[in-house]
Parts: sequence; structure tokens; C-alpha cells
Amino acid sequence: MALDLDFDLSLPPFTVSAALSVGAETVALVGPSGAGKTTVLRAIAGLARPSRGHIKLDGWPWFDAEADVSLAPEERSVGLVFQDYALFPHLSVRKNVAFGAGSDRARVDEMLERLQISRLAREKPGTLSGGERQRVALARALARRPRVLLLDEPLSALDAHTRAEIKIQLRELLADLALPAIFISHDFRDAVALADRAAVMVSGAIRQVGPVEDLARRPTDAFVAALTGNNVLRAIATPDGVGSTLTLQDGRRVRVPTRASGPVGLVIAPGDVRVLADGAPAESSPNALRGAVTGLTRLGSRVEARVGPVDVECRSEDPASARLVTGGEAWVELPEEAITVVPVDNAGAAAETESKSP
Amino acid sequence: MNLPVAPAARRAGFTALLALAAGILLVFLVLPLVALFTQAPLGELPHLLSEPVLQEILAVTLRTNLIANAFIILLGTPTAYLLATRHFPGRALLITLVELPLVLPPAVAGIGLLAAFSAGGLLGTPLQEAGIGIPFTQWAVVMAITFVASPFYVRQAIASFEAVDPRLPDAARTLGAGPARTFLRVSLPLAAGGLVAGWVLAFARGVGEFGATIMFAGNIPGVTQTLTLGIYEELDSNFDLSLAIGVLLVILSAAVLLAYKMISSWRSISTSTSPFRPSRSLPR
Repeated sequence: MALDLDFDLSLPPFTVSAALSVGAETVALVGPSGAGKTTVLRAIAGLARPSRGHIKLDGWPWFDAEADVSLAPEERSVGLVFQDYALFPHLSVRKNVAFGAGSDRARVDEMLERLQISRLAREKPGTLSGGERQRVALARALARRPRVLLLDEPLSALDAHTRAEIKIQLRELLADLALPAIFISHDFRDAVALADRAAVMVSGAIRQVGPVEDLARRPTDAFVAALTGNNVLRAIATPDGVGSTLTLQDGRRVRVPTRASGPVGLVIAPGDVRVLADGAPAESSPNALRGAVTGLTRLGSRVEARVGPVDVECRSEDPASARLVTGGEAWVELPEEAITVVPVDNAGAAAETESKSP
Repeated sequence: MNLPVAPAARRAGFTALLALAAGILLVFLVLPLVALFTQAPLGELPHLLSEPVLQEILAVTLRTNLIANAFIILLGTPTAYLLATRHFPGRALLITLVELPLVLPPAVAGIGLLAAFSAGGLLGTPLQEAGIGIPFTQWAVVMAITFVASPFYVRQAIASFEAVDPRLPDAARTLGAGPARTFLRVSLPLAAGGLVAGWVLAFARGVGEFGATIMFAGNIPGVTQTLTLGIYEELDSNFDLSLAIGVLLVILSAAVLLAYKMISSWRSISTSTSPFRPSRSLPR
């Protein structure tokens, strides 16, 4: 099973362009609000009409601009869960679920059972909690046995406790269904929790698609790097031998094995930043920075802090973590093999990104 | 230099001024109603209301209004749904045309209907050839009522359909319902409260119709004479009967207004989206 998208849809002030192939897997569409994510789902469901391109399921066109094919929403086999669920307020939970199931009573019972909402069957949506509404919306969308599942911000309307609970159940459900599924989130951590792959969307355009882990480890631009939780430091690169020297905004210099020139972004994951236990760098580590320690949090065995311009994450077992004291100063090292150099937005082809750090 | 007036006194003076204006207006509005009830021979009301003349008037009023209301609802509902959910060039103009009878003087409505449907009118000749004469028949009353009362329904119906969260019909479509099923199962039930409120207003306007009816349908007892025309007719010959009909219409109108308000408040309660309840934990 595969859902193939390649379309443009005008959504002033920009055009939403989506090119994506989704097999029997869960893909997260991540980006800031207003990036056009919901429009992509609406186009797949047939609620918005692209101006160019195609949407195909297993080769069957649902939409094809050239062949002038555009199936009505009811003719596409799509389960769409709306952001705040769009349950029918005048119908009971059971009738909401039955709306998509036609006369198949057994299917309705099965879905109520599966999403653990049988006891709510007679209630109206207005009396339900956020988590319950989401279960009803899922049951309603799945009752029709859709061949594609679309979820718009499935976790955003939930409180933290419900969110954690739903996350686990949703992951199991998605694995069971083995359908092409796309879900939208503005939070990359949701993608990590639920998706196999993620696509990052900004201003209507997909910036990068790939396995969730790759996006965090090998971002191709500063936006993706920041979205996936990395440190992004602006710097000016000067080629130097086999690598380059990056001059940070405060004048400090960092060596990288990547050749680049001009304005770039230095990307490093907080977990890759090393806190120096000795308190001062050895002669052989040129990428050491000294900075004030702020925002120190210790949660279980995890220690997080900001040292100068970088976020640092380490384990409390690490003796170096003792160096992190609020109000004090500490030395950290940015190991050059952990650094990725990316172009910064609107800065043209600033970096020669052909050689990425391993 | 004037002595400053104490702010508290100034505020009290302003409130008194508002109260005075409100008092004068209220007395003016209520006085005719009080007069109607004091002047009408309330004791003879049951007797007056059972007079054959009035029975006939009631029958005509009821029949013409029922038919007109059926037309208004059957044609007005799809019209309102179309105008509320489709956006096309000229839509604003269409809405204005549908609403125009609201502000048109009833006499203009009457002369317009005559110009369209009377012998020699715009459609008069073909209608005459087909053997259909409309003016001064009960159908003319129905048409006059439909013309003046339909905007009250259609306007409210457009607003009610527009108030339905557009994601709900969208959801229905993705769940396999075609446009017609979506309309019947989602949009119509969700707009129903507003439609009934609009219908109540249209009904009240229809029962009160006078100007267009007397011009287009005349005042023929037993055929086109409705309650309002009856008041006018009996003014000279049987003033008590006029007053009795007046009392009847005041009661009817008050009931209609009350019903409208009750429906409106019930609607605002039932359609408001309640905030999420705190989560209940799942049964294990």
C-alpha cells in the first residue's frame, strides 16, 4: 500500500507544495503553525483542490490535474481526525461512530470496544473530556475501514497526563493498522514518539524528509536543526586546509572538518556537547568554550543546562556534571566530529554541505 | 467660575435622564395595548370570537398562512443553504434581493405583484391564456404573504447555516456521506433551532400582513379577508369585533415573540461548545 503525493495548492501568501510517498507506515508532518500542514491533509481527503499534480493510492488517482480527475471526499477511502475532533454535537458517541460505518452494527461495537469507549456510547460529545473525544474521533474515522489515516495535531488538545497515555495507545493502534498514516504536529517530540519518518514543512514547502533519527542527526538546514532540538549557532566560515574555521558571533572560533565559507549554522545536539571535568581544556582541544551556567535542571539522572551559548545535556553519573553549578562557569567542548554545518535561512548557498560529519 | 458639580450627583443626573427617556417611550408603546384591553368588551369576547364572520376570517387566515409558510420553508431552506455554503460571484447581490422585501413598503409589494400577475401585467397575458387569474383570489393572499414574510425566514436560515462549524460537514464528507446526506444528517439538524426561530418570525409577519394583501387580493369576506383585513372592515360596522380581533392578535404576537426568545436562548445553550471536561482516567 502506498499513498503518493505530488501537488501544489495556492494558499496565499504562499503555495503549499507536497511531494511525499507514504507506504504502510506513519509519517509525521512537522512544522510551525501556519506552514500549510492542515492544507496537505485537506487536499488528500478531497476537501481542498490542488492546482497541479496528483494524489494516488496504489497507483489509483484520487486527484490528477492533468487527467482532470478529482474524486469527491466520500469517494476516497480516508479517515481524517480533525484537530479538535469535529464530532457531531447533536449525535451520541455511538451515532457518531456509526455515521461512517453505515449499517454495520458489529463494526460500530468493535470500534467502541477497541478504543475503550463502549461505556460512553449514549453520551453526547459535549459531555466528554479531551482524551475521550479523541478516542471517539478515531473510532469514527476508523469505522469506515479507511485505506489512509490522517491525523491533524492528535495530541495538541490534550493535557500532559492524557497526552502521555494517548501517545502509547496511538502508537500501538498505528502499528496494528499498518496503513499509510500521516499525522501533523508542531512538536518534533511527537514525531519521535509516533512516526517512522518525518517531513518538516515551513511556509508551504517540505524542507526535509527522512527517518526521524536522521532529521535530528543530519539536518540539512538551520530550521530543521533547531526544530529537531539541536543547538544552532550562527557563524562565519573560513575554509582552512581540509576543514574550516567557524567564527561565532561572540568572536570565538571552532574547528570543523567540513569545508564551508560565509555565513553558516553550526549544529550540535545537546547530548554531544562534552562538559570538561578538569575545569580547563587540554591543549589538544581547540573547540572548548567557557561560559556562564544558566537554566540548570536535574531530573532523575538527566542534567540539562545552558553553558554560554549552547544547551548541554549529560547524565548525573558523569563526574563532569558536578562542574555545572548555577551562577558558576564551566568549560564545554564541541567535538568536531559531532558538528554539522548547515546553510542558514536566506543566506544562499553558504555552505558546501557535501561532506557531512559522520 | 462655576462650582464643580460633585461627580456622584452628575452620574445620578445622567441615570435619571436615561430613565426619563425610557419611561416616556415605554408608556407610549404600552398605552395602545392597555387601551385595547380596557376598551374591548372582554366579557363578550367568547361570544364575539364565535361569530360566523370571525370564524370565516380565522379559517382564511389559517389556510393562507399555512400554505404560504409551506412555500417559504420548502423554497427558503434550500435557497438559504445554497447562499450560506457556496461562494460565487453575485452572491451578495442575490442575498440583497432576497432580503429586499424586508424594507420594501407593503404597498409597493402589492402594486408590484399586481404589475406582475394581473391581467395586462408582466405575466398576466400568458396566465390569462392558460385560464389562470390570480389577483383577488386566495392564492393572491398566499403570494402576498410569501412575498413579505419569506425574507424573515431566509435571512435567519442563512445565518443559521453559516453558524454551523464548516468542519462538521467536511467530517461528514470524509466519512462517506454525499452532499445530500451531509445536508440532511448534519447541517439541517444543527441549524434546526435557528430555522424554527426564523420561521416563527416569518409566521408572525405573515399573520400581520395587510398592505400587499389588500392591494393584490382585495378584502373579500370568506375569500381573501384575513384577521388584519377583518379589523379594518369591522372598524365602522362592529367596533367591538375589531377590538376582539385586536386582542386576539396581541395575544398571538406576544406568544410568538416569547416562543422566538425561548428558542433563541435554548439554541445558544445547546450549540455552544463546552470546554473540555477534565480527563477521566481509563478503566484498566
